[in-house]
Amino acid sequence: MEFGTVKRSQWRSPSVLPGFGLALGATLVWLTLIILIPLSGLAVRTSSLGWAKFWAIASDERTLKALQVSFGTAFVAALINVVFGVLLAWVLVRYRFPGRRIIDAVVDLPFALPTAVAGIALTTLYAPNGWIGAPLASLGLKVAFTPVGIVLALVFVGLPFVVRTVQPVMEEIDREVEETSATLGANRFQTIAHVLLPGLLPAVLTGFALAFARGVGEYGSVIFIAGNLPYVSEIAPLLIVIRLEEFNYPGATAIAAIMLILSFAMLLVINLIQAWSRRRYGYGT
Amino acid sequence: MAMALDTTIEQTALVQAATSESRVARYTLITISLVFLALILALPLAAVFHEAFRKGTAAFTSALQDPETLSAIKLTLIVAGIAVPLNLVFGVAAAWAIAKFEFRGKAFLTTLIDLPFSVSPVISGLVFVILFGSQSLLGPVLKSYGIQILFAVPGLVLATVFVTFPFVARELIPLMQEQGTADEEAALSLGASGWQTFWHVTLPNIKWGLLYGVLLCNARAMGEFGAVSVVSGHIRGETNTMPLQVEILYNEYNFVAAFAVATLLALLALVTLVLKTLLEIKFSDEIAASRRH
Repeated sequence: MEFGTVKRSQWRSPSVLPGFGLALGATLVWLTLIILIPLSGLAVRTSSLGWAKFWAIASDERTLKALQVSFGTAFVAALINVVFGVLLAWVLVRYRFPGRRIIDAVVDLPFALPTAVAGIALTTLYAPNGWIGAPLASLGLKVAFTPVGIVLALVFVGLPFVVRTVQPVMEEIDREVEETSATLGANRFQTIAHVLLPGLLPAVLTGFALAFARGVGEYGSVIFIAGNLPYVSEIAPLLIVIRLEEFNYPGATAIAAIMLILSFAMLLVINLIQAWSRRRYGYGT
Repeated sequence: MAMALDTTIEQTALVQAATSESRVARYTLITISLVFLALILALPLAAVFHEAFRKGTAAFTSALQDPETLSAIKLTLIVAGIAVPLNLVFGVAAAWAIAKFEFRGKAFLTTLIDLPFSVSPVISGLVFVILFGSQSLLGPVLKSYGIQILFAVPGLVLATVFVTFPFVARELIPLMQEQGTADEEAALSLGASGWQTFWHVTLPNIKWGLLYGVLLCNARAMGEFGAVSVVSGHIRGETNTMPLQVEILYNEYNFVAAFAVATLLALLALVTLVLKTLLEIKFSDEIAASRRH
């Protein structure tokens, strides 16, 4: 009995609370059934393709273009979201104005609004005959049915990720830091640029990574507005769907595997940068 | 004395000015934010309702009474009705194990739970097509027993569960970590059983955070598009959920009907946001704990 306790504590600290085995067991079973088995199915299926076939699909011109469109537009959209997300978080945290609470709530709309609805709404709005598309079209700017439209949709879905990661960190900024900076003769711009923003960097990077990861895989809001022209405005998730509809399972599987590998690699890199910047700057979180 | 007071006030005013932006800068920043939000969020939402009522209320209501649309609404409720409770139970179990105990591999387990967030919805559907499709190992076996997974309710539920897997656990883990184990230990030392402790101590402590997680999980479950689109097979009146019905109607240029169904989903989103905001206002401490992570 005593021996058992000692042995168990090697991988978990002793606790008087019951239910650890049941809770962890249920979690692992559910996780294995829903996430791990399906994802390893994808891995097995990909490896059974063989290297030559996998490479042929991966180096296919249309696949490469689709991946380029997905990752490129997601990157641009995440950058735009960093700029406006930080601005919005700042306005929401620092300023008091009528309707602030409503604005704060509305920021979460992309989390709650189904992507298909966002897709058709943005398309209607930014199409050449839409409320915003028409004036833009008269200026010679085309948004819907071009890669710009994809960026727009991805800005929509990614915005709350940046705001919601930066906002709580901003709320915890110690005002004394700013006062010190001002006392030492920095003007407001210098204080923001050299004192406040560097400390927000880890949170901003997290927000960027989340918005970017979401954008790379996004499907519902994009396909309506993209125009879906192969080699131009065709995103990788759509190409997977097209391959599936052609019953080209190897094609769909290989593209999915490439997307997953690229996304995980990129998240890993961003995590490392984040860990570094958290040590370097950071507000202690 | 009066002079000393004056200096203090003056100093305070100076400090405030130095740690805030000028009036002009403030208003400019607020204006830019509002214009941006209007262009990206508010106008699209307004467009949904505008398009739905473009041909009047009669067209709107008749579009919603279409049998295929009604069956899509029913299917969405069924799928969410199964997927959300499953993930609710799992989320509580996962949070109990991760937040209340210390064990090796905890960080790794948390990462695995978050995994669906970094997988494209289309891939979330694709994995089940690979697992249960006609070219797979399992598909033909299940079919010989008369079990249909793909292009049927089980497939839709599986894809939805996959996509909404992390929501509840993610809300609960930081909250339960913050609350610690003291309350439960007290209950146990007073003679309560494990289940009694959970029902009467833990659950009341986490109920608002739990509701918050369920709310977000449900919004995603009902609105999921990519994953269910891949496994649904798009059989009209049978395997189309509401978002899929929106797509079909839109692609047929039946815009009034497409936006009419979209208004229902937009209303769902608005109700979710209102409830979420109310929860945040009333139970800000509890929910702030989960936001910080």
